[in-house]
Amino acid sequence: MNNSLLIVILASAIFYGTPLLFAALGGVFTERSGVLNLGVEGMMLIGGVSGAWASQHIGGSAWFTVFASILVAMFAGGLTALLHAFLCVTLKANQTVAGLSITIFAGALGLSSYFANVWKVAAHPVTRPIRKLDVLGLADAPVVGPLLFNHTILTYVSWVLVAASSFYLFRTKTGLQLRAVGESPQTADAMGINVVKYRYFHTVLGGMLAGIGGAFYSLAIVSTWVDGLTKGAGWIAIALVIFGFWRPDLTLVGAYLFGALQSLGTTLKARSFHISGDLLDALPFIMTIVVLVLVSSRFAHKRLGAPAALGVPYEREER
Amino acid sequence: MTNTIAVQMSGVVKRFPGVVANDGVEFELRRGEVHALLGENGAGKSTLSNILTGLYRPDEGTIELNGAPVSFSSPRDALNAGIGMVHQHFRLVETFSVAENVVLGNPDTAFLLDTAAINERVKELAARYDMAVDPEARIWQLSVGEQQRVEILKVLYRGAQVLILDEPTAVLTPIEADALFRTLRAMTAEGRTVIFISHKLDEVMAVSDRITVLRGGRTVGTVDTSTTNKRDLASMMVGRNVEFTRVQRKTPAQANDVVLHVENLGAHDDRGRDALHGITLTVGRGEIVGIAGVAGNGQRELAEVIAGMRHTTTGSVSVEGKILQSGKARAAIAGGVAHVPEDRLHTGLAAGHSVEDNLALKSYRSSLLSRFGLLRRQAMRDGATELVERYDVKTPSTQTAVRLLSGGNVQKVLLAREFSTGPKVLIAASPTRGLDVGAIESVRERLVEAADGGLGVLLISEDLDEIMSLADRIAVMYEGRIVAVIPADKADRETIGLLMGGSQLEATS
Ligand SMILES: Nc1ncnc2c1ncn2[C@@H]1O[C@H](COP(=O)(O)OP(=O)(O)OP(=O)(O)O)[C@@H](O)[C@H]1O
Ligand SMILES: [Mg+2]
Repeated sequence: MNNSLLIVILASAIFYGTPLLFAALGGVFTERSGVLNLGVEGMMLIGGVSGAWASQHIGGSAWFTVFASILVAMFAGGLTALLHAFLCVTLKANQTVAGLSITIFAGALGLSSYFANVWKVAAHPVTRPIRKLDVLGLADAPVVGPLLFNHTILTYVSWVLVAASSFYLFRTKTGLQLRAVGESPQTADAMGINVVKYRYFHTVLGGMLAGIGGAFYSLAIVSTWVDGLTKGAGWIAIALVIFGFWRPDLTLVGAYLFGALQSLGTTLKARSFHISGDLLDALPFIMTIVVLVLVSSRFAHKRLGAPAALGVPYEREER
Repeated sequence: MTNTIAVQMSGVVKRFPGVVANDGVEFELRRGEVHALLGENGAGKSTLSNILTGLYRPDEGTIELNGAPVSFSSPRDALNAGIGMVHQHFRLVETFSVAENVVLGNPDTAFLLDTAAINERVKELAARYDMAVDPEARIWQLSVGEQQRVEILKVLYRGAQVLILDEPTAVLTPIEADALFRTLRAMTAEGRTVIFISHKLDEVMAVSDRITVLRGGRTVGTVDTSTTNKRDLASMMVGRNVEFTRVQRKTPAQANDVVLHVENLGAHDDRGRDALHGITLTVGRGEIVGIAGVAGNGQRELAEVIAGMRHTTTGSVSVEGKILQSGKARAAIAGGVAHVPEDRLHTGLAAGHSVEDNLALKSYRSSLLSRFGLLRRQAMRDGATELVERYDVKTPSTQTAVRLLSGGNVQKVLLAREFSTGPKVLIAASPTRGLDVGAIESVRERLVEAADGGLGVLLISEDLDEIMSLADRIAVMYEGRIVAVIPADKADRETIGLLMGGSQLEATS
């Protein structure tokens, strides 16, 4: 039963959707503060390469290695995002340009590959990957086993994170203020909220989550380093933020939908369906474009939560 | 206790690219007083208050609060020191509820939001100061008048000791304004201090203890309200004597030659509730029809329906006998409807764009300004320069972004553009709100001039005096209905005031 096509696809949707979910949640925070982050792909790659490096160099128990590698990936992603925040918030650069520059600078042909070379990350496989757990010994239980009890620790963390993020955004004072900063920094400023601080903090937080997403590729999905191994997941994550209308819960739904699309190729091929591999690989990106077109209507933006000041640098001495 | 000095500002200078907005301003505020700040559009009133609230930093000069020098680097500093401001251009988060806006940024708010408790507290506060607003409503659903109340609530909630109100009554009806004045009195009785910015001399005379007049960024002088009069104040403001006269009509209105005909009109408000109930109304050639009413009784919806910005649920709008397509702004423009909306900076103009671009916004399709879909920049520039001169817009250049202009000049740009399209009907919503004496006169003259030239004008205003002095006929709106239409020469303030408040018309002929 657990081998039925539907269950397999659902389970792998969750597996492949996990890094998308991390990166997209990061995007939700960043964009809620009014900062557009097109550098997600670059931050994921930086996180991926540092995570792999850490996994190869940090000793101790297997758990400790995994834990430390994730921390390192977060740190690296956060550092990259700090650069983005500096460009966008302090220098008030064009946020589209800044984000694209980060992706190019840190991306497949840039810094992440350079580090991989210098640190010789690609030379060895990751020997202590993030493994799927057998929670409560229920991994083989019919249906619920593969869907609920057989995931990596990061998947479980991401579920907690989705709930926590929703709570944070909509039920706490800080969340309210964050949303105010993204909607109307003038208002937030006038009410004594530190716009710069909020934007920096949530941009960096977004980068950290993107870093985790990247590490999921190098430590769980591929379990080794390949240049550009996220293969555009960062772009999908950016679309997911919009697809989820800047809400964590809907972002989760979207992430698993795209996770399913991404895993479809592998799953179907394993069952010797004859389908063009290129077409399947392109599917998530085709969907990304479709989603972006569908939800970028004015209605969607106004009514369903696009932060009104998204992408607009805040300058105080202006009306 | 009106003798201790709460705030002392000396030698304040603030320069913006191309203008010196404050040029050595002296300003002294005594604790417990209502201190009015008067001055023409662009005199520097808003700038001065923005400096006091830490939004702008002065280039020169000192500020003393309760005798100790202070320097605010952000509104938070000012708020913490007890200085709060109600802005002329609202600072509200449109997608948030009223209550969320009120508690925003308040250090006393608990980390976990208890929405029910917050709503309750805001409701109480609103009730205490006689302000009707639903704490759960979203800001974008509110009329400008209601949004203004939220702004005031915000500052009160913060418990500010010094309140700056930048043209607070501009959006209020006389009745609401009176309630506000009572609120102000209650606050000063508690020892709070109010800076009150307004162009309305009557109001300033009624509510303030002292008055400081600014002109061209300098202090002309500070006077006790009890020892001055409107005429003196007006001449202090403009530096010459001003006559208060009613503008005379040259051509009489032709009420029977109907240009705008609204028939059994119904429409929803933003929340999907019925805002208009079977409105029937005509405006004749060269006629000015005034719509009187308390803000939020359907005036905004009526204006938007006629301007093609809102769909009808019943009925129709026709101009010169031709029915306009519902909900199509372009059809309304093509049909000859010009519109000066309530919210100039958002609905009326592209605030971030230059004066020149804004002036061309409605006529860019004409062959004068574009050819083969390409704009003729030189023609636009010439057109803009001419309009700026004709309508006396004070701007550093035609390339300046509209949002950088003072409130009055923004309105002049809008009027210039609307008149330049050669309309048949003009819908003007509070066209002189926030303008100074001189500018009000000139806007009114323009309206009358246009009516003399055959334009039908629907003048929506909460300023009764304005309607009484301009309109040929007065229609009173209450809860989405026209409750009475009265010829101007038979109208009196009391009757109209009562009708606006929902009383039935019995006592009048
Ligand atoms: N941020 C800014 N950038 C550039 N110029 C500005 C800015 N703020 C104000 N000004 C200019 O400074 C001058 C004073 O403006 P201010 O808004 O203080 O006038 P005001 O007295 O409040 O006028 P109004 O009655 O029309 O509101 C105006 O010429 C205005 O165009
Ligand atoms: Mg002003």
